[in-house]
Amino acid sequence: MSITFEKVSHIYSEGTPYEHLALNEVDLEIQEGKMSAIIGETGSGKSTLVQHLNALLLPSKGKLHILERTIEAGTQPKGLKSLRGDVGLVFQFPEYQLFEETVLKDVAFGPKNFGVSEQDAIEKARKAIHMVGLDSSFEEKSPLELSGGQKRRVAIAGILAMDPKVLVLDEPTAGLDPLGTIQMMELFKELNTKYGKTVLIVTHDMEQVYRYCDRVIVMKEGKVHIHTTVEDFFHDSKACKEMKILPPSMIQMCDLLRENGFAIPEGIHHTSELAEVIASQVVKHG
Amino acid sequence: MALIEVKDLNFSYDENTHAVKDVTFSIEKGLYCTIVGHNGSGKSTVAKLLAGLLEKKSGSILIDGYELNEENLKVIRNKIGIVFQNPDNQFIGSTVRDDIAFGLENHCVKQEDMDELIETFAARVNMTKFLDAEPLKLSGGQKQRVAIAGVLAMHPEILIFDEATSMLDPQGKDEIKRVIRDLHKEKDLTILSITHDIEEVAKSDYVLVLDEGKLIMEGTPASIFKNEQKLTDTNLDIPYAMKLKKALEEKGVLVNPHITMEGLVKELCQLRLKK
Repeated sequence: MSITFEKVSHIYSEGTPYEHLALNEVDLEIQEGKMSAIIGETGSGKSTLVQHLNALLLPSKGKLHILERTIEAGTQPKGLKSLRGDVGLVFQFPEYQLFEETVLKDVAFGPKNFGVSEQDAIEKARKAIHMVGLDSSFEEKSPLELSGGQKRRVAIAGILAMDPKVLVLDEPTAGLDPLGTIQMMELFKELNTKYGKTVLIVTHDMEQVYRYCDRVIVMKEGKVHIHTTVEDFFHDSKACKEMKILPPSMIQMCDLLRENGFAIPEGIHHTSELAEVIASQVVKHG
Repeated sequence: MALIEVKDLNFSYDENTHAVKDVTFSIEKGLYCTIVGHNGSGKSTVAKLLAGLLEKKSGSILIDGYELNEENLKVIRNKIGIVFQNPDNQFIGSTVRDDIAFGLENHCVKQEDMDELIETFAARVNMTKFLDAEPLKLSGGQKQRVAIAGVLAMHPEILIFDEATSMLDPQGKDEIKRVIRDLHKEKDLTILSITHDIEEVAKSDYVLVLDEGKLIMEGTPASIFKNEQKLTDTNLDIPYAMKLKKALEEKGVLVNPHITMEGLVKELCQLRLKK
């Protein structure tokens, strides 16, 4: 069981003057049980790619295998409902989509819509609310009373209540403050490690990719440009510079130290390790 | 007298909570000032109070010597421009040209001068090429640049940016930060930027730190970051150079506080030569 793209192309408005090739023969295998980041410039095909994962978009050419299902261009896809239960997609600013009068009702809406009984839906919703780190006192609150970060958690709980195996999040930390961002990323890491969800995050924040993700998928002009481990990707700042994005601070620092003649080995992952390396090369005061 | 003088400012959205509590500060003309604090700390509320978009509960706000009250509201609003967070909520025209014209019309600019002025302001934010583009065709960064042009057309002395880059992609963020920096340099504008971007804070002239509606620290970035414990206690980020300084201390290497990585590396190079 895994997720593979085989020569998947997606063309928007095919056959019109607005025709646009958003994905161009993408081959990709997404490892299950990992936390992967999807990065790339605006317009590189990131959102188009992830919308194929639960068949919100269908390939114009090629085929996908998603958790034992095959979706092929030109054929009528089957079992979409169960697929959408298995792959949960969280859009940007999902808190704008909350609509019920209480948190519990909002989170239970998804499973109910999937034909689960009222009681079971409530049960699943309670569990999901707990999973996103909100206690039971939130259940009867109106989503309108909550802070931005809390609303976003409720929206994510709404997806988790359907018990997806794969969780796809499009820029889940956009607009959050530094603390909110860290808490949100810790939540995804926990969903990945503790609950075994395969997590895919579309993001621009390299600091978070470096700190929390296992793998990096770089999209460029509708193709997968790079697909590798976080360690290899941030090996040095070359890949980041090529993409005109700011590497994580620690990588920038390592580079700067090397340029200034320090011997900084590869594979340093924590600031404390870096400090130790530096300490061995300078005179200590006091 | 400073351009912005705020004294004992108080505001609350409801009776039980103080959104802004006894805040006092002053900002000199021409400074690039950043306001930091986590969500809900009162940053945006302070900005809206300054621009007269919210009415204070008590205290006083003086802008360029004018007391902010009903009588002076119009004068003061003409001195202050605000750019908000969401690029989609600020576009009112059907093209870039119309959007900038909206501000000019409100300023009773004559029809014959309009075109030239629109070109001038579009040029200032590098949007000349897009004058006839619809908002739908623009990126978030481009929309924010149009918002800035629209605000500039009102000839403000003070520009407030309320997390104006937080919803943009890295490229859009860079575009806007560059435009803000250039405007600050060239136009003698006073900038107040509400931001979570620690590197922007490090490069600003003056920093205000808010927590739960109170002003808990103010000063130059160097003096603010010196008190890193207080910043971490309020869950605020510190520049990487400061984090590494702390880690180095734990390994017995004592260095001076630096805001920039370059500054820290320079000192480390000297320490290496002594070895």
